[in-house]
Amino acid sequence: MKPAPFEYHRARSVAEAVDLLERGGEDAKVLAGGQSLVAMMNLRLARPTVLVDINDLPGLSYVLEEDGGLRVGALTRHCQIEHYPGLLEGFAILPEAARWVGHYPIRARGTFGGSIAHADAAAEWCMLALLLDAELVVVGPQGTRTVPADGFFQGLFMTTLAPDEVLTEVRFPRGYSQAAIQEFARRHGDFAIVAAAVRYDLEEGVIRRPRVVLGGVADRPVAVPAVVDVLDGEAPSGELFAEAGRVAATGITPPADIHGSSDYRRDLAQVLVERALSAAAGR
Amino acid sequence: MTGVDTTPTFRWIGARVPRVEDPALLAGAGRYVGDLARPGLLHVAMVRSPVASARILRVDPAPALELPGVVAVHTAGSLGLPGLRARLALPGFVETELPLLAGDRVRHAGEAVALVVASSAYEAEDGAEAVSVDLEPLPAVTDQRLAQEPGAPRLHEDADGNRLLDIQFRDDPGIDEALAGADLLLEETFVSARVNALPLEARTCLAEWDHHDGRLVLHTSTQVPHLVRTTVADVLDLPEHQVRVVAPDVGGGFGQKCVVAPEEVLVAAVALRLRRPVRWVEDRQENLVAAFSGHEQQHTVRAAFTGDGRLIGIDADLSCDAGAYSCYPFSCGVEPLMAAGELPGPYRLERYRVRARSVATNKAPMAPYRGVSRPQITMVMERLMDKAARSLGLSRIDVRTRNLIRREDFPYRGVTGILYDEGSYLESLERCAEALGFDGWAERQQAARREGRLLGLGFACFSERTGYGTPVFAARGMAITPGFDSAEVRMDPSGGVVVRVGTAAHGQGHRTSLAQVVAEQLGVDVGAVRIIQGDTDATPYGWGTFASRTAVIAGGACKRAGAGLAAKLRRLAAHVMEAAEADIELRDGVAAVRGSPGDEVPIRELCRLAYHSSHQLPEDEEPGLYHTAEFDPPGTFSNATHGAVVEVDTGTGAVRIDRYVVVEDCGVVINPMIVDGQVRGGVAQGIACALYEELDYDEDGQCRTSTLMDYVVPTAAEVPPIEIHHLETPSAHSETGAKGMGEGGTIGAPATILNAVNDAVAHLGVEVDEIPVTPDRLRRHIKDATHDKDGP
Repeated sequence: MKPAPFEYHRARSVAEAVDLLERGGEDAKVLAGGQSLVAMMNLRLARPTVLVDINDLPGLSYVLEEDGGLRVGALTRHCQIEHYPGLLEGFAILPEAARWVGHYPIRARGTFGGSIAHADAAAEWCMLALLLDAELVVVGPQGTRTVPADGFFQGLFMTTLAPDEVLTEVRFPRGYSQAAIQEFARRHGDFAIVAAAVRYDLEEGVIRRPRVVLGGVADRPVAVPAVVDVLDGEAPSGELFAEAGRVAATGITPPADIHGSSDYRRDLAQVLVERALSAAAGR
Repeated sequence: MTGVDTTPTFRWIGARVPRVEDPALLAGAGRYVGDLARPGLLHVAMVRSPVASARILRVDPAPALELPGVVAVHTAGSLGLPGLRARLALPGFVETELPLLAGDRVRHAGEAVALVVASSAYEAEDGAEAVSVDLEPLPAVTDQRLAQEPGAPRLHEDADGNRLLDIQFRDDPGIDEALAGADLLLEETFVSARVNALPLEARTCLAEWDHHDGRLVLHTSTQVPHLVRTTVADVLDLPEHQVRVVAPDVGGGFGQKCVVAPEEVLVAAVALRLRRPVRWVEDRQENLVAAFSGHEQQHTVRAAFTGDGRLIGIDADLSCDAGAYSCYPFSCGVEPLMAAGELPGPYRLERYRVRARSVATNKAPMAPYRGVSRPQITMVMERLMDKAARSLGLSRIDVRTRNLIRREDFPYRGVTGILYDEGSYLESLERCAEALGFDGWAERQQAARREGRLLGLGFACFSERTGYGTPVFAARGMAITPGFDSAEVRMDPSGGVVVRVGTAAHGQGHRTSLAQVVAEQLGVDVGAVRIIQGDTDATPYGWGTFASRTAVIAGGACKRAGAGLAAKLRRLAAHVMEAAEADIELRDGVAAVRGSPGDEVPIRELCRLAYHSSHQLPEDEEPGLYHTAEFDPPGTFSNATHGAVVEVDTGTGAVRIDRYVVVEDCGVVINPMIVDGQVRGGVAQGIACALYEELDYDEDGQCRTSTLMDYVVPTAAEVPPIEIHHLETPSAHSETGAKGMGEGGTIGAPATILNAVNDAVAHLGVEVDEIPVTPDRLRRHIKDATHDKDGP
């Protein structure tokens, strides 16, 4: 469990990091919190030849409220969100989700941006990025671009980030007071076997702009469009949420692994969507 | 018996003495093999087979030898050393060789085929990747049932049907009629998964050549240092005095380190060749894939009961999955023989027929793992009790009560010839039922069900043979027969006490509890007693620590040796004070004349006398203060009842443990805090087996649980608070009255949890007889049962 040989650089600015990545080529990797990358390197599942450590980059660790939205710096540690002082209007789901991220040492070290760039199919921040229409700020050799979360996740540990680009910020345009996340893992702190995140607005007693995002049921986090038709314009009720759970489960073909069969994941999706919608309604 | 206590109450036995081990361990001052520093230390990485079954065509070290830092590469051929052959003198046993490195054939994924020695652990792993291994894959078999079918791939030439042991352990010609005529006949199969003992410190060893003394020194994370010394000396053809084995702090073993690892011998062999210090640190992936595993068993039983719930007889077919080889020296017989011999547990049984098997498969070899078959046989008996109660419409408590061995039955001779000393079987059940409120349980369960919540309550009663000596191992026919142990107690001129024992703690706190035993005898402060263990240069030859033996056997030897030395102290005191020897009592650091207040002499003055003024000793006394004693007991049964309340989430299949109660009886408790710690740790490991852990192999023999993300170990978040109640039935088979209890927690928990889960879902028509009860499996059972009910 020792990594294969690699070159290590510690960048002092985003520009330098991008420059190092560009020179490092295809096999260069950004080291942020290292909570997934270092383990994969130790198992020799990841073999970057160049490692660009961005932990010294100034000004990338912050949570800012702006025009009803939220900007989160890429180097913000999970625990900073978990313990963010003062509840952000409509963003209660963030600290709630943070508590599901790994164990405390992982939350103290792992980063918000690192998790999104790593793109695990059951990662909380990836799911919330999809759930809350996040925009991702990315810096590369050609300058800065902003990418919607929808379409960013391309597959297992794959995103539209180029090898020489650095994710610097995640922007959430607005919050939702009716939002919740439910997960099931065999142990607290594990990646979820299945996770469900939901949001909607409640207007004049009916549900508007609903969205349901599932983790752990595909090679990336996925929104379940079929559920929108079930929920939109309806009054919240136990029967409605149960129906939404059933519809969400029929629209997916989850992968199987040793933690759960495909059928089991489908069952979990049904139960967790229903429970997440109930939790969101109780806010 | 020697060492009759002259004090009315114990001063140290039973005291909550804080563990002397803890300050160092908690402050990071522990000294594990991985902490040792040596100038010029070399590092070993194993080259492990990527496939489960193959012929080895060629192993080419050349590419590795070209890499920076690589010092040497070894294969089976370059070392030319014999493997480890465990021997049992039993019919139906097939001897196999556990190779140090695979030579012509690989029999499990992760088996070492070469090793690389390099200047750093990094370079050693680079080298291990570079060694070119040419394998011709062969068909593998990973299921012990399939392995016995005609045409199955054969692992060892001599083993028909891959059976390494197949023995009709006990026959009963009339049992078929007895079972057939019964009111209730149950035919059931119980399955428990393959698991890893998972010591926090994986296996690790450091070997070096002592240029000064011209001998080999091996530091290793082991439970059995003397056994390792004997094995290393045998394989390397050295006299034992030319080998020193040291087990410094050891971070858990649970049986995985009570057998000799091929890697320990390999590292010693490399140091001997290179005359340089060499270390191998097993990483977690290797530990999960290649280290000894345990507990994979399938038991099929027929059990008959009378209409009022009395057990008439059991016909059992017990089968254990040995993996690729017999472990050394216990062999693949350790699990099936234990299971067959002790299946009845705490219950009276007269009709018993049992066949016991150990089957080779293409998986890492099995070794004893905490509990050794008792978790599985307890699961068999306790599921049978619950099933009988349910079938016959009787209370689960009543069925158990009607079958448990009673106080008046002791000493009880079991159907397999084992002699049970006295225990508190019924009392522990009653106390546990009371603690869990069993009387109102049915109503509570019904009320919860009306709210849509599924609660279950489960019990497990068990007895556990512990502290058994040579005769028990001899009955298994082991060529190397463990059993006795020794203690040497020596006082120095300042009054300090040094005790040397042949056992070797790996987390149990023996430096504390054995010190309490000796302090009690000598009447000195427990802090004045230092226990030396784990170093073959400093301790008498002994069998190490496994099978819940140390408190009984080393404790008994310590008591005997302490008593012998105490007798000498009393003689010296009587001489000095001109009093009668029988009137001298030793306590609180003084030798006092009973009934004559103020007539006393400090024990340390007697120590001075014995060494510094030995000319003033009585004529027939030798100078100095020491005594040595052995103990080789027949074995003693501790017992317990565990009980738990669980809640099942039908949506997710998850099981939450709401309460867990242990009522245990380990005889005289030496240190309650240590006993409670052992119980808690054991229960946690048993819960792990019940709900979480499983080494998952695919059909090709790949272990898919090769990291702790996939091999799911419960954490503090999953293990509930554990309520512990003590009963104390002192053992007549034990010098101290103590019974062993290191394994008990692990033994009771799987059956308890399984019974509780079944209680929660029985009304749905679900029956689960396989562990672990994973959420996926339980959810599937529930779904199947509910669909069946809704179906046409």
